[in-house]
Amino acid sequence: MSEFAVELQDVVKRFPTPEGGEVFAVNHVTMQIKNGEFFSMLGSSGCGKTTSLRMIAGFEWPTSGEVFIQGTPQGHTPPFRRPVNTVFQSYALFHHMTVFQNVAFGLEMDGAGKDEIKKRVERALEMVQLTGMDRRYPRQLSGGQQQRVALARAIVKTPDVLLLDEPLGALDLKLRKEMQLELKALQQKLGITFVYVTHDQEEALTMSDRIAVMSQGKVLQMGLPVEIYERPNCKFVADFIGTSNFMEGIVKSLEKGIAFVFIPALNAEINGIALGDVSVGETVAVSVRPEKIRLADKAVLNRNCFEGTIDLVTYIGSDTHLYVSVNGLKLKVWEQNKISSLDPAAYYTVGQKVWLTLFPENTLVLANE
Amino acid sequence: MLKRLRENKSSQGTLLITPTLVFMVGLLIIPLFLTLIISFGKRSADGNVIYTFGLHNYARIVGISTDCAGGQSICFDPLYAQILWRSLTLAFNSTVLVILLAYPLAYFIARSHPKRRNTFLFMVLVPLWTNFVIRVYAWMMLLRTQGVINSVVGWLAGLVGIQFVPFEMLYTPGAVLVGMVYEFLPFMILPIFTSLEKIENSLFEAAADLGANPIRTFLRVTLPLSMPGVVAGTILVFIPVMGTFIVSDLLGGKQVILVGNLIQRQFLDARDPTFGSAASLILMAMTLVVTFFYTRKFGFGEEIVTA
Repeated sequence: MSEFAVELQDVVKRFPTPEGGEVFAVNHVTMQIKNGEFFSMLGSSGCGKTTSLRMIAGFEWPTSGEVFIQGTPQGHTPPFRRPVNTVFQSYALFHHMTVFQNVAFGLEMDGAGKDEIKKRVERALEMVQLTGMDRRYPRQLSGGQQQRVALARAIVKTPDVLLLDEPLGALDLKLRKEMQLELKALQQKLGITFVYVTHDQEEALTMSDRIAVMSQGKVLQMGLPVEIYERPNCKFVADFIGTSNFMEGIVKSLEKGIAFVFIPALNAEINGIALGDVSVGETVAVSVRPEKIRLADKAVLNRNCFEGTIDLVTYIGSDTHLYVSVNGLKLKVWEQNKISSLDPAAYYTVGQKVWLTLFPENTLVLANE
Repeated sequence: MLKRLRENKSSQGTLLITPTLVFMVGLLIIPLFLTLIISFGKRSADGNVIYTFGLHNYARIVGISTDCAGGQSICFDPLYAQILWRSLTLAFNSTVLVILLAYPLAYFIARSHPKRRNTFLFMVLVPLWTNFVIRVYAWMMLLRTQGVINSVVGWLAGLVGIQFVPFEMLYTPGAVLVGMVYEFLPFMILPIFTSLEKIENSLFEAAADLGANPIRTFLRVTLPLSMPGVVAGTILVFIPVMGTFIVSDLLGGKQVILVGNLIQRQFLDARDPTFGSAASLILMAMTLVVTFFYTRKFGFGEEIVTA
């Protein structure tokens, strides 16, 4: 077995546009997906994640570059000869077949015997908790159940790689959260490589071993969820994953990975971790996550501390979300409500003066696109 | 009164179906009932109806004859039963042939680029702009002994120096079959196209993903999901082919007499409306029975509901 379940080598996919031009759906993408990994491609619609997945499945062929599955170059291998199975966004269930027939379809195509098919279909249905539903037709099932049938149909053949194209997109929030955990558990139980496409960053963070953040046909960053969130390599990633405060500034000096940046809006210098390609004299985006800003009634550090006025207070139960304006620059600050109290004095109020501390280890200096 | 109508849903419903109801009762139910009564009657010497009650007309159709050569009072004459059988087999053959021709074409149109799809559908419908009878006459021009086909083949044979005996094509069962297939082809193409077009592309992809090659995808997914179109088309083709008399009259002549021709002749030439009525009702019963068994097996061509 090869080290990588799936490998994309400098893959390009161009589509003709109705105007007669061409558009890059996937623009020189290279990625390696390890065996047994839960790998997510994350991006907004049109970023090339679905096209990449479809090229692994064999529904599309790369314009240039190569897709490898278990080390074997796929070239123009049709989908029915690839050791991968797909869970479609629309489920794509055969509505003229029962649940059993749907799940059995792939095994029948492989020429499995009747007894074996029955055994394996039952086991697959059990794994997705649909035991006893085998005689129903897809139209007699709820959306969540249909989703499970699609899943059972794809895992019953125990493929090397399972491709999932936004499989939870059509489910309501609560069911989606449940299925996220279930999918993750299923993946660990089966040990199959999952390649998961989603536009939901929280979903990607929750489930994935590694994430590739994509935009406009390119992979911007690939890494562990914690790397993507805590050390984004550009402003786009910091903005797309979670919430960030951005301040524009000019790099004054660089020292051992620490950048000193002048922020005109604050008329002050601030230091933070330099990420990606940042050089002196360049305009950069300084990014701080709202939960990482410390509020206090006086300055804690000699630098990176600013006095501001609270503009807006929103109590949301576990946290309080605040807007603090510093020199007219609005910053989002999230404070965890660590103490249970009914006393209004225990909470911040609009108009109150506070000191914000942007600790250098929480402050990221990113290339401005 | 208008106010009451505005507020009462059920009287609105009654008002809406009234025109159709009047039409159906006046022009379908009552005439059908009259036909039934006439079919029990006897023909008078001058071609009018004597209202009696007897099943003699029906007996005559199935072959029990009272007009016997050998002087017996009852003998067997299969003439009309043969006509019924011929109509039934011709309708069956035409429908099968139409399905075989229409399916690949509908498939081609459904899978073609959306820009070109409308052009193809338009081309399928163009023949319907010309009158039905005129189109049948066009086939006479083609099939006649001195017709277009024989002229062209004869000319080609002349070029290579082969002795050519013109084909006798007109006034044969084959000519009637060709005419029927030609006339009713669009009524099969359109419903099959509609069914095929509705199948989501992701279903084909799912089949391929699960290991089905194109042939198995077709047999296991495409064909079953397009069956509603085939069923609807079959009903639209089989029923009119059973009853039409123009195609067989013009292309079959005296050689190919179908129930439709039989009925027409009873009313116009033989002037026996009682026998014509009985034949009409038999035709209707046959069509209903075939349609009943067919739809019971395959459904009415309703779409499979997707949730």
